[in-house]
Parts: sequence; structure tokens; C-alpha cells
Amino acid sequence: MDLGAHAVFIVAAYAISTAVVAGLVVWVIADHRAQVRTLAELEASGVRRRSEASRRAAQ
Amino acid sequence: MSREPTALGASEDPRSVALRAVSSTVKTGAMGLIGLANPSRFLAFSHRLLQVLVPVTLAAFAAGLYLAFFVAPDDYQQGATVRIMFIHVPAAWLGMMCWALMSIAALGTLVWRHPLADVALKAAAPIGAAFTFICLFAGSMWGRPMWGTYWVWDARLTSVLIMFLMYLGLIALWRAVDDPSRAGRAAAILALVGAVNLPIIKFSVDWWNTLHQPASVIRLGGPTIHPAILLPLLVMVVAFTLLFITLHVSAMRNEILRRRVRTLRLMQAEAA
Repeated sequence: MDLGAHAVFIVAAYAISTAVVAGLVVWVIADHRAQVRTLAELEASGVRRRSEASRRAAQ
Repeated sequence: MSREPTALGASEDPRSVALRAVSSTVKTGAMGLIGLANPSRFLAFSHRLLQVLVPVTLAAFAAGLYLAFFVAPDDYQQGATVRIMFIHVPAAWLGMMCWALMSIAALGTLVWRHPLADVALKAAAPIGAAFTFICLFAGSMWGRPMWGTYWVWDARLTSVLIMFLMYLGLIALWRAVDDPSRAGRAAAILALVGAVNLPIIKFSVDWWNTLHQPASVIRLGGPTIHPAILLPLLVMVVAFTLLFITLHVSAMRNEILRRRVRTLRLMQAEAA
């Protein structure tokens, strides 16, 4: 695969796009883990929601 | 004409039976949508949906990138830089589609008070901002070798930059207001105001003399791109769209959980 004389621009476009998408994926996964952990901690401390089943569905 | 027996044993007009069946199907579909308005049901449904979406998205990207780098030929004018189009065009499409989706969600918040509408709006904004940034950056990487400049203040580029700044404004607005319902209403108004920019972006290349080329895929006379380049482009558009749906559904799930955390903290504070 020969990207020609403008390879640096093509590689830069794909590299930054990959980094941005990877950042979105990491953000979504880390945020999910943080929310699930905080919910579990709050429920363990005795604060309860009406529906326990919905927490299980979220995991 | 044959008649279908009813529960009471009498015969019934088949047209009435068919009409009732259609009505029942429509009601079931509507109830399904209404059922998803319940956050717990949405969490359960989206969990199953993501198990399908993730592998399908990965497969679509594998196919798209293979076609983009190993099948698509160099363009006769752009050379290998045409490969930048395989990320620039889908990102541009998603930046605009995301704002259109947020505008519909804004109507859901302001008009129908749908419980998930402002969740959908808030979850979409960072993803839309990210795709708009990719569109601008990839476009600039293409512009330098093809136009001789990274940036030009023409109508298309400027209107997309305005959309990016409005995405950032929307995210800042959500962070500035503590109460999610108040923030949701303010964000919904901003989303509807920003929707005015969508036709300006789309038709800027027709209304003004721009360096950016006119539409070459979605146009009245059909695409002007050779099928050897159009096919990888369309596969990448599908892959990016699936990625957007996957990320948006995931971010909506996170936002629902965040609101539950907030509710529990309020309950904890009241009990203390």
C-alpha cells in the first residue's frame, strides 16, 4: 500500500480520528464503571431505590 | 364471502378482522416505544442491543477499512488523499445527524416531556462534538495538500466550525446548571436554535461561492463518485453510524445511572 507523497496527511487524519474515537470509547466505559460502583456503594450504605432489578439490568 | 367466527360464535367481516389486526400491531409497536420510556426497561433493552451492536460495528469497520486501503484506487486528481474522505465524509454526516437527533430530542423535552428525551440530548452532545472535530481535522489534513491551505473562511467550513462551537456551548450549559430538568430545558432551546445551522451547512456550497466542493453523494442527479470509491465510502458511513448508535446508547445508559446516583445522594442527604 503506497500512500504517496501526502502520506503524512493521511496518517495524521487517521491517527487523530482513531485517538478521538478511542477517547470516546474509554470515556463511555470508565463512566459506566464509575456510576455502577457509586450506585453499589450508596446502596451498600443503606440508601435504597424502589427497584433493585433495574440496577441488575444495568450491569 | 367467508366470515371468521367471533368469540361469541357469530361471523365477522374479514375487513374488520384485518383492521383490528393492523390496529393491534400499531398499538403493540407504540406500546413498545412507550415502554422504552421507562428507564429500567430502556436499560434492559439497551443491554441486549449493545451485545449485537458492538460486534456488528467492529465488522463494519473491518470491512470499511479493508475496502478503503486495499480495494479503493487512488483518485485521478486527489491521489491517495482520497482515503481521508473515508473518515471526513462520515464524520461530517454524523456531526449533522447528531444535531438533528438532538433537535428531535429537544422537542421531546419541551413538547412531550418524554423522560428519556433530555437524557438522549445530553448523551449525544459530546459524541457529536467529537465527530464534528474529526470532520474539521480530517478536512484540514485533506485541504493542505489539495487546496494548499489547512483552513479557509468559506461558508461550508465556517458553518461547520460554528456547529462545533455550539456543541461545546451545549456541553458547557449542561455543566453550568445543577438541576438536570432545568439544564435539559435550556439545552433543548439551544439545540433547536442551533438546528437553523443545519440547512445552512447543507446548502452553503450552493448558496455561496465556496472553495469546498458541492455535494457529490446526496444530490438530485445521483452520486458523482466512481463506484470503486463510492462503495468504501458508503461502508464507512454505515460503520461510523453504527459506532455513533453504540456510543450514544451507552452514554444514555450512563446518564440514567448518573441520575440514579444523584437521586440516592439527595435521599441520603435528606435522611442525614
